[in-house]
Amino acid sequence: MTKFEEKQPSVSVDKLMWMYEQMVKIRYYEDQMVEAYTEGKSPVFNIGEGPVPGEMHLATGQEPAAAGMMVHLTKDDTVTAPHRPHHHAIAKGVDLKKMTAEIFGKESGLGKGKGGHMHLFDPEVKFSCGGIVAAGIPHAVGAAMANKMKGKDWVAVAFIGEGAANAGAFHESLNLAALWNLPLIIVVEDNSYGISVPKTASTSVESNDLRASAYGVAGAYVKDNDPVAMYKASEEAVNRARNGQGPTIIEIETFRFLGHFQGDPELYRDKEEVPGLRARDPIMKLRQQLLDAEHVNEPELEEIETRAKKEVDDAYQFARDSDYPKPEAALDDVFTS
Amino acid sequence: METAKKRMLTGNKAMAEAIAQEMENDKNVFVLGEDIGKYGGIFGSTQGLMEKFGPERVLDTPISETAFIGAAIGAAAEGMRPVAELMFVDFFGVCMDQIYNHMAKIPYMSGGNVRLPMVLMTAVGGGYSDAAQHSQTLYATFAHMPGMKVVAPSTPYDLKGMMTSAIRDDNPVVFMFHKSLQGLGWMDQLDYAVGHVPEESYTVPLDKANVMREGKDVTIVGIQMMTHYAMEAAERLAQDGIEAEVIDLRSLAPIDKDTILNSVKKTHRLVVVDEDYRSYGMTAEIAAIVSEEALYELESPIKRLAIPDVPIPYSHVLEDFVLPGPDKIVETVKQMMDEA
Repeated sequence: MTKFEEKQPSVSVDKLMWMYEQMVKIRYYEDQMVEAYTEGKSPVFNIGEGPVPGEMHLATGQEPAAAGMMVHLTKDDTVTAPHRPHHHAIAKGVDLKKMTAEIFGKESGLGKGKGGHMHLFDPEVKFSCGGIVAAGIPHAVGAAMANKMKGKDWVAVAFIGEGAANAGAFHESLNLAALWNLPLIIVVEDNSYGISVPKTASTSVESNDLRASAYGVAGAYVKDNDPVAMYKASEEAVNRARNGQGPTIIEIETFRFLGHFQGDPELYRDKEEVPGLRARDPIMKLRQQLLDAEHVNEPELEEIETRAKKEVDDAYQFARDSDYPKPEAALDDVFTS
Repeated sequence: METAKKRMLTGNKAMAEAIAQEMENDKNVFVLGEDIGKYGGIFGSTQGLMEKFGPERVLDTPISETAFIGAAIGAAAEGMRPVAELMFVDFFGVCMDQIYNHMAKIPYMSGGNVRLPMVLMTAVGGGYSDAAQHSQTLYATFAHMPGMKVVAPSTPYDLKGMMTSAIRDDNPVVFMFHKSLQGLGWMDQLDYAVGHVPEESYTVPLDKANVMREGKDVTIVGIQMMTHYAMEAAERLAQDGIEAEVIDLRSLAPIDKDTILNSVKKTHRLVVVDEDYRSYGMTAEIAAIVSEEALYELESPIKRLAIPDVPIPYSHVLEDFVLPGPDKIVETVKQMMDEA
C-alpha cells in the first residue's frame, strides 16, 4: 500500500486522476481566456471591445470546488452556478466547443450568442448559470423537487460565492429544501471577497456551514482549498442527498488568483496576497499527491495535461472559426412555438 | 330555444377545474404557493385540488416567494409543468428577480434550448378598499417586459379555457385573475363572475382578443373588470342610439393588434379603459398602435380612461374616484360623439 492510500483509504486514485484532468483543463481554459479577453482591449481598456466583450469573471484558483464535487455526479444530476461559472461548466461536462463559442458571441454557441459567459445553459448535462447573485439556488431546489417527484435519486447542486450566502434566496431556499427534505447541496466557495468586500466585513459567522444548524441540515467545511478534502466532503453530501437524507451546505476556503473580473485594479487587497495564494496552488498540491501515491508517473500526468490542453485549444479554435449570428436572429427565441 | 340547462360556474371554480383536468391529464403538472392547499387559495383558484391530488402535487409553501417561484423555474427546466401562485400581484416586489431575470429570460438566453413550461398565476385588482399594496393590477408592468405571455381573462369560460392553454403552453405564462371576477362569497356579488363553463376540457387561445359586443359607432377596449364596465356602458349608450363595439383584450402579451385595428377601421373612434396606472400603460400602448397603424381611420382623438398615476387609495370615495367605471365610460363616449 502506498503512502497516499494509507492516509486516504476511502479515496479513489482513479477519481483523483479525473479531478486532476478537470483542474488542469479549467486552469488552462481560464489562462487562454485571459489572453482572448485582453485582445482588442489595449492600449486602452474598453470592456465592450475585442473578441470576448463584456464582464469576465474567471475561476483560476477555484478549481477544487468544481472538480471535487463533480467527480461524484452524473449527467442526470443538476448543477446551477453563478456569474463565475467556467470551472463548474467544464467539470460538469458542458460541451466545451459550444460553451466557448457562446463566450465569443457566436451562432454555434450554447445560446446562439444570446447569453454570453455568465449565462451558459447546457440541458444535455443539466447545467445552468446566471448573473444574479444567489438566484441559482432556488432553481436547484426546483430541480431537486422534480427529482423527488419523479422518484429518481438524482441530486441538485447549487454553487455560490460566499457573498451570496447573505442574500435572501439562500435562506429561503435552505428552509424550503430542509422542510421538504430535498436532495440539494449548496457549495459555498469562499474566495474571501464579494467583489472587494472581505468576508469578515459581510458575514456574521466565520463560515457558512455553521448556518446549517439554523435549518436543521448538515454542514461541512473544507479548508485550504484542498482537492482531496473537497472530494470527501462532497461524497458524503451526495450520498446523503441520494439516500433521501436531505440537504448539505459545504463551504470551501478557496483562492481567487485573479480580480473579481478582468480589469479589476484590485486596490482592496495587499500586493503580497496573490503570490502567497499561488504558492499554495491546489493543482500543484494534487499533482504532488498523485505522484506520492506511486500510482502514476510523470509521463502519465504529462499525457493528461496534453490531452486537456488540446481539448481547450480545439474549443477556442472552434469558437474563433464560428460565424456570428445574423443580426435579426436577435428577434428569435423569445417564445418557443 | 335551448332545452338543456347550461352549467354555470364561478370564475374560481372554472380556473380550479382547468387545473384539475390538466393534473389528471399530465402527471408533470403540480401546484405550489401560499395557502393553496387546504385553504384552496385565498381567492379560490385551487379549490378542491388538495382533496383530489394530495400534498404531493399541491404544495403549500412557506412565505418565500423567491424560493418557490425560483423552484418552479428549476422544476420546469427539468420538464415538470408547475403552476405557481403569487397570492397578490402586489407581492411581486419580493420575487421579481426570479420572475423577470430568470423565468422570462432563460429561454431566450439559452437560445431556445431551455423551455420553461410554467404558469405564474396571481390575483389582481381593487375596488374593495384593500388599499395601495393589495389592489393593483400591474398589467403593464408585466406586459412591458419580454419573455412572458401575460393574460388576464374576464369570464369564467375564458378563465378555464385560458388556464388550460397556459398549462399546456411551453412558455412561461403569467395568468392574472381578477379577485372580483372569482365569484367569491365574501366579495361583491357580480353577475359576470358567474358564467357558462362546459365540463369537458377545452382551450381558449392566449393571443386573441374577444369582441364581446358588436357596434358601429365607437370601439371600447377593456380588460377584466373594465370589459364588464364597458359592456354596462354600451347597454346604456344603446338607449341613446350609440352602438359601441366592446373588445375584451384578454391577452396583454402578445397583444392582438388585428382585432383592435379591424374594429377601429369600422367604428372610427376608440376609447381604451384600464384598471392600471395611466402613464406608460396599456391605454398608451393601444393608443400608440392605433396611431401608428390606423391614424387616418380616426374621426376623433383617442380617449383613455385609467388610474390617474396615484397609488390605489383606501377610502371608498377616494378609490371610486380613481377607478374607471361605467359612468365615466358613458360620459367619455358621449363627449366624443358630441365633439364629432
